[in-house]
Amino acid sequence: MNQLPDDRALTDRGLDVPVATAPDQVLLIACGALAREIIAVRDANGWDHLAITCLPAKLHNDPQHIPQAVRARVRQARADGFESIFVVYADCGTGGLLDKVCAEEGVERIAGPHCYSFFDGNDAFAARTDTGEEMTAFYLTDFLARQFDTLIWKGMGLDRHPDLLPMIFGNYEKLIYLAQTEDQLLEDRARAAADKLGLVYERRQTGYGDLTTFLQRAAI
Amino acid sequence: MSDEDDDIVLSELDDEELVQQMHDDLYDGLKEEIEEGVNILLGRGWTPYDVLTKALVEGMRIVGIDFRDGILFVPEVLLAANAMKAGMAILRPLLAETGAPKLGCMVIGTVKGDIHDIGKNLVAMMMEGAGFDVHNIGINNAVEAYLEAIDEHSPDIVGMSALLTTTMPYMKVVIDAMKEKGIRDDHVVLVGGAPLNEEFGKAIGADAYCRDAAVAVETAKEFMARKHNQMASA
Repeated sequence: MNQLPDDRALTDRGLDVPVATAPDQVLLIACGALAREIIAVRDANGWDHLAITCLPAKLHNDPQHIPQAVRARVRQARADGFESIFVVYADCGTGGLLDKVCAEEGVERIAGPHCYSFFDGNDAFAARTDTGEEMTAFYLTDFLARQFDTLIWKGMGLDRHPDLLPMIFGNYEKLIYLAQTEDQLLEDRARAAADKLGLVYERRQTGYGDLTTFLQRAAI
Repeated sequence: MSDEDDDIVLSELDDEELVQQMHDDLYDGLKEEIEEGVNILLGRGWTPYDVLTKALVEGMRIVGIDFRDGILFVPEVLLAANAMKAGMAILRPLLAETGAPKLGCMVIGTVKGDIHDIGKNLVAMMMEGAGFDVHNIGINNAVEAYLEAIDEHSPDIVGMSALLTTTMPYMKVVIDAMKEKGIRDDHVVLVGGAPLNEEFGKAIGADAYCRDAAVAVETAKEFMARKHNQMASA
């Protein structure tokens, strides 16, 4: 098992492909923003044969680079001896291109348009999308609550140019923190993020949602 | 670029130097300097159209290229856009008065369920700068809003934008409604937005997918040129 680096490293560098230690080992290629959650689900269920590698979470801001980065990681993992590989990325703004890469490489990815959706439960999220009730919502997960300053505030240049706030977030009305865990510190951070963006704050406890079912399928 | 420019007095530059400096100032997102530069050029007898195309549009074209090449990022492009917007605000009424050439008319909006408008507004601004009469219908547009705007403005080009994987399929709803009304072929449909790609554009029946504002302008110009050629040979 590879050691999990800190959030900053998961944002900037991700997590290398581990050494395959057993023939039945399954590799999960994931977004760095999902590393902790995947490991929490894996460890809680004793799915020790699931190994994980992550691409940098900062690709969140440049989704056009995700499909080729996933392809490269799949090929590297195959070369390193992994036969069973699953992709823990939602579509993530790739407009179907990630699905195309997964089909070409013969790997399955978790369903859903975003991680917000599969944490919330894809069916519930789709129902909310259909009604438009959360159209003006900006979502945070546990990882994004922890990395808000790095990934969102600095990532969008708001630390240097706070005057851009209305241009970037002017159409949003509320921030919904989709909480995977019960953590007062994260809740405080999410609330502070909402204040900083001038948005109404809301918290929804989602747990790991559809991530658990997907990992269960990968583990079998 | 800005470090070298601290002591530059814009009014002391000749026209060529000033235009070059305005390109740099746009690149650096310096709104006040752009406003000053626009006023200086107008004061020197430049036509509003020349100020727009030679100083502002050309400057934004350079910004667009560096954004595409990964040298500039969204915040810098937004600052540049803000600066250009300030310059456009001075020029717009003058352009109307002087009857600057119009390339065509465009209706543009973000589709239903989507509130993202940064890219769409950039396209609208660049299209206006390129000489299009642009009607920006905003965000979260249902098919009825597009049809109403098409009816009202009779645009040559209909532009649709979406940032979400979940909202981009709505573009097909609009195109299908245009087909049903028998007006699809009366308009060029351009689509854009981060999750889109050329394949998607083709699949939904758009005329073209435009990956950024600069491509949108070039594509729109090409379609307008084709239209004029067809009309000339008819």
